[in-house]
Amino acid sequence: MLSDIERDEIEEALKHYPDKRAGTIDALLLLQRHRGWISDESLLDIAQFLDMTREDVDGVATFYNLIFRRPVGRHVLFMCDSISCWIMGYERVRQQLTSRYGVDMGQTTNDGRLTILPIACLGHCERAPAIMMDGDVYGNVTPDKIECIVEKYK
Amino acid sequence: MEQPLTQHIARDGRYRSLSEYNKTGGYRSLKRLADGLSPQDIQRLVTESGLRGRGGAGFPTGSKWSFVPMGSDVPRPKYIVANADEMEPGTFKDRMLMEGDPHGLVEGMILAGYAVQAEIGFIFLRGEYHLSAQYLTNAVSEAYKEGLLGRTLPGTDFRFDLHLHASAGRYICGEETALLNALEGKRAIPRAKPPYPQAAGLWGRPTVVQNVETLYNLPHIVNHGSTWYHRLSRSKDGGTKLYGMSGRVAHPGCWELPLGTTARELLEQYADGMFDGFGFRGLLPGGASTAFLTEEHLDLPMDFSSIPPQVGRLGTGTMIVLDDRTCPVGFVLNLEKFFARESCGWCTPCREGLPWVARILQLFEEGRATHDDLTLLEMHSTLLGPGHTFCALAPGAVEPLKSALKYFRDDFVRHIRLGQCPWNVTLKRQKVLV
Repeated sequence: MLSDIERDEIEEALKHYPDKRAGTIDALLLLQRHRGWISDESLLDIAQFLDMTREDVDGVATFYNLIFRRPVGRHVLFMCDSISCWIMGYERVRQQLTSRYGVDMGQTTNDGRLTILPIACLGHCERAPAIMMDGDVYGNVTPDKIECIVEKYK
Repeated sequence: MEQPLTQHIARDGRYRSLSEYNKTGGYRSLKRLADGLSPQDIQRLVTESGLRGRGGAGFPTGSKWSFVPMGSDVPRPKYIVANADEMEPGTFKDRMLMEGDPHGLVEGMILAGYAVQAEIGFIFLRGEYHLSAQYLTNAVSEAYKEGLLGRTLPGTDFRFDLHLHASAGRYICGEETALLNALEGKRAIPRAKPPYPQAAGLWGRPTVVQNVETLYNLPHIVNHGSTWYHRLSRSKDGGTKLYGMSGRVAHPGCWELPLGTTARELLEQYADGMFDGFGFRGLLPGGASTAFLTEEHLDLPMDFSSIPPQVGRLGTGTMIVLDDRTCPVGFVLNLEKFFARESCGWCTPCREGLPWVARILQLFEEGRATHDDLTLLEMHSTLLGPGHTFCALAPGAVEPLKSALKYFRDDFVRHIRLGQCPWNVTLKRQKVLV
């Protein structure tokens, strides 16, 4: 069931569109903000509200990489693995993360605190390598610095 | 040197408000509409200015607009969409504009809307650009309060509404018809063309999709005219260009310079040369989907007409430098892994071909490739090229591959001969960290 707040927010987003299904991505992002990820139940909630099938909504949800169809940790660390960051030392930062937190791309720490995911060029190439922790971008990341950054997010 | 797009930009990360924007001549171009500048006048002005799309393809803006049906009996509403889905690897120019001067985009979109008489605009912004999203939301809301949006503009019968759409990821959304599907809440798969968006775009209505940097140029062209705009440039096309450079250069960055500035000037004067101890081997002039340029091309003007088509193309103008301590095969492998991951999966050559290319390049990196694999790579660089796939993603993906096989062929062969990556060997010996 959608909460009143969720319902209001989706309706607000729908105002800009001539049909309901155009709001699918907004609805997925909004629900994810409230619930952390998109479960089967969330899919059904959206489908019913937008007069779509659950499968149709799932087709959209699984296409976009910022929509999570599996639970993630309290914080999501997106590592840019595109070319400028790769040149500037992405691999060493990734290795440090893996050895320090025991997780690799796509995995979540046992305490549910941190998920690491790859991401296409973050557009901060002038200070590569770059990462995005939740919504915050950090540049010129080194293996030494990465732990200090992650430790800010409990 | 004039830098109309970035002269007043905020570089310290703060929000540049409407009052600040107004103080430096912001929204002045809209007053010219009240003075009687018609949509046709603006179309003519922009055509004469020689403005070409800054998203990578370089299509003339005036020409793009000319395909939009005009008059009272055309399908409505018409739409203007800002392609702010900046995700081309190595490209970070639109972010600088949107974070530093968000009102410039709003003004550019109102003008584009007026020129083709479109009443609704969408800014399609990549989801990762949180600061841009925040500042653009502020700017749009300020513009509504000021009556620049949502109300008839003084002296005209034109009213424009503008909305921000935060995307949920995927590189393919930058392809304009895939972007339209994403805006309609669907999977971002490219559409068959024709019909082109100008005829049948968003929800089947006439739609113009334009790059952010292109839109930022419009107020300046309207304010200062096409002759002034041509003078900004060193090329036959008008204007300045946001150029950038990243990789092992001394000072990576993004600079607004006359269109037609050479890659050597960018490298030596603006990026201050290579980082100490690193040598130059080549560069991708405009993102991951452009062909390598090497030492012999450094004095070519970086514009839409001076790079011979058989050599390459400008793309976005934000360059990625390959240095002599980075393996060119590993470099291309990184690019092809990216393209394989970002393929939307709609057409078979791209969906199956790009992962195949990535697997072969991985064999090279592991020292398990043979000369037959080299032939296979060459075959792919042709068969995934223009005319074989549904959209331009795969043809873009093989541009760096094809040119790497031309300029760095010896390096591919050394991987086969040594049975491992030569860079790993040398670097291990020198105890240099990669």
